[in-house]
Amino acid sequence: MRYFLRRLTQAAFLLVGVSILTFLFSTLAPGNYFDEMRLNPQISPETAAALRAQYQLDRPLQVRYARWVNSLAHGELGFSFANNSPVAPLLWVRARNTLLLTLTATLISWALALTLGIWSAATLGRLPDRALSWATAALLVIPDLVLALGLLILAVRSGWFPAGGMSSVGIESFSPVQKFRDVAWHMALPVSALVLSAFPILVRHVRGAVAEVLEAPFLRAAASYGIRRRTLLYKYALRAAANPLISLFGFSVGALLSGSLLVEAVMSWPGLGPLLLEAILARDLYVVIGGVLCSTVFLVAGNFLADTLMYWADPRIRTGAPAK
Amino acid sequence: MIQRRRWVRWLLVLAVLHGIVACAGFFAPYDPAEQDRERPYAPPMRIHWIDTKGNFNFRPFSYEQQLRAGSFDQFEERTDQIIPMIFMPEGARYHLFGLLPSHTHFFGGKTSRIYLLGSDAYGRDQLSRILYGGQISILAGLLGAGLTLAIGMLIGATAGYYGGWRDGLLMRVAELFVALPWLYLLFALRAFLPLSVSPLQAFFLIIVVIGAVGWARPARLVRGVVLSAKERDYVRAARGFGAADGYLLRRHILPETANVILTQAAILVPQFVLAEMTLSFLGLGVPEPVPSWGSLLASLQQYSVLVSYWWMYLPALAVVPFFLGYLGLASALQDNVGTGKIERTTSEGRW
Repeated sequence: MRYFLRRLTQAAFLLVGVSILTFLFSTLAPGNYFDEMRLNPQISPETAAALRAQYQLDRPLQVRYARWVNSLAHGELGFSFANNSPVAPLLWVRARNTLLLTLTATLISWALALTLGIWSAATLGRLPDRALSWATAALLVIPDLVLALGLLILAVRSGWFPAGGMSSVGIESFSPVQKFRDVAWHMALPVSALVLSAFPILVRHVRGAVAEVLEAPFLRAAASYGIRRRTLLYKYALRAAANPLISLFGFSVGALLSGSLLVEAVMSWPGLGPLLLEAILARDLYVVIGGVLCSTVFLVAGNFLADTLMYWADPRIRTGAPAK
Repeated sequence: MIQRRRWVRWLLVLAVLHGIVACAGFFAPYDPAEQDRERPYAPPMRIHWIDTKGNFNFRPFSYEQQLRAGSFDQFEERTDQIIPMIFMPEGARYHLFGLLPSHTHFFGGKTSRIYLLGSDAYGRDQLSRILYGGQISILAGLLGAGLTLAIGMLIGATAGYYGGWRDGLLMRVAELFVALPWLYLLFALRAFLPLSVSPLQAFFLIIVVIGAVGWARPARLVRGVVLSAKERDYVRAARGFGAADGYLLRRHILPETANVILTQAAILVPQFVLAEMTLSFLGLGVPEPVPSWGSLLASLQQYSVLVSYWWMYLPALAVVPFFLGYLGLASALQDNVGTGKIERTTSEGRW
């Protein structure tokens, strides 16, 4: 229990740190949302100044931070100037969509990475392993942006997949099954872009970890007892190789979040990415801060999940013995 | 020795690629901003050796393109109008490496412009724009990586060498930076800097932003090396002889970090080139009319371009050989070092 408590405090400190950091950055910003109004001749400088005062942008940093924390306590996360509404509801809709995309991509890429990685480690140096090494190397040299755009061109030219968005027009009138199929059809492209850019690295790590374990004497002994290969690989080897892979899981969440920001913008998936982009272009301060914080929460959640898995998988942590 | 050769081979590949981009003025047939409003979105011209009569020509040539009757964007070849290709012609003025004034180009069309890779919405030559765009993107990547490594080395060395509260504070901040999804961090930083700036300002802004985001990982690696290096016998001996901190760091400790720094550089440069591309692609980077690989791709955000003009995707493919080179170099360097087990996960590219 102390293990979890410590992890939770760490996570809380991280979130506070990130929020302070983004606020610090925001003071570096020359100009704000209302400065853009100066270009509009219909708004007098006095009005702009009054608006600035109304939203307390003329107050010092610590006051603004305190007010922001206060609004966080009310579940608002500050105020979006461009949308004229509290940030939290805006963020919530988008975050759900990002989560849908990222979670699906995480599940698929790990499923692929585990099966292919173990297969590769089991056939180390032989044809399947070599073919997979080449394939992952090829995917590694293609950057996400290039991959996402390439898939998009493919989709548009072949017409197999929609070119963007999350649902077809008139989805409200669909039955639940139709809705599910429609969203899945729209998700296929962004998810495959994410999976293709994330899983090669994962496969390499799985292969490395499992191959190292397969050398271990206890596994050779188990093999000589005549234990089935499948059991050997998926039960004994994977269990022993799990530790580094679980901590990699935490990292992979962060990478997939970064990747999905880009993929969402390219494929116009209504997630956090496009929202953040609009907010940056409009200088909508609190939305940017909210978006960054939201992604940190996801990341922290991913890491927490990894810690929980670790707790379950590694008895040394449970008994409080020093882990390797 | 074999590994050493592999390392050198990748470096050669990269040198050639960078050389081509550095001499963009020479290899690009035209000025990247020169427009040809008669030929928007002209498709890539074919190079022919055999003409319509079946005769073989030693001098390769293209056919003039004209709009197909009744169309506003479909071109067809006019087989009656030949554009012979000439080599080393004199054309648009440029400065080689930004210094040497010159106007000799590698090739060009004798009677009219040859669009080897097509043209964009304003009839600007795509090949020239890709080459010049590479200069911006790659220079941003290189300078950004240089800045990041300098910051990382400074912070890592301070934390590792002096230890104590400095170490604690710096490493907590580094953890913060490593923890955030880096693209979000990049965006957040960019969000708080001015939006409408001149291309040159934007370029330096991007370098600073990119450089400020990635310092945490090299700093942690450098700290690790410094921690072990400062306890070595010869360092202690030098300190015993009265060497000052600055001398010890410069002479004995920081040289030990060379391997880590080089490997990190090979990993960071492509990552930062991609970061520049991403920012420019989304309109947060170097603005028009200056080309960069990212802003060249930005036109693909229009549906019509995506559907009709496949050659607008070519800048994306230009990146791939560079990534291949750097990835190869990074893995060769790592094999060479052998002791790169510290944070081995970073080796594989993106995180």
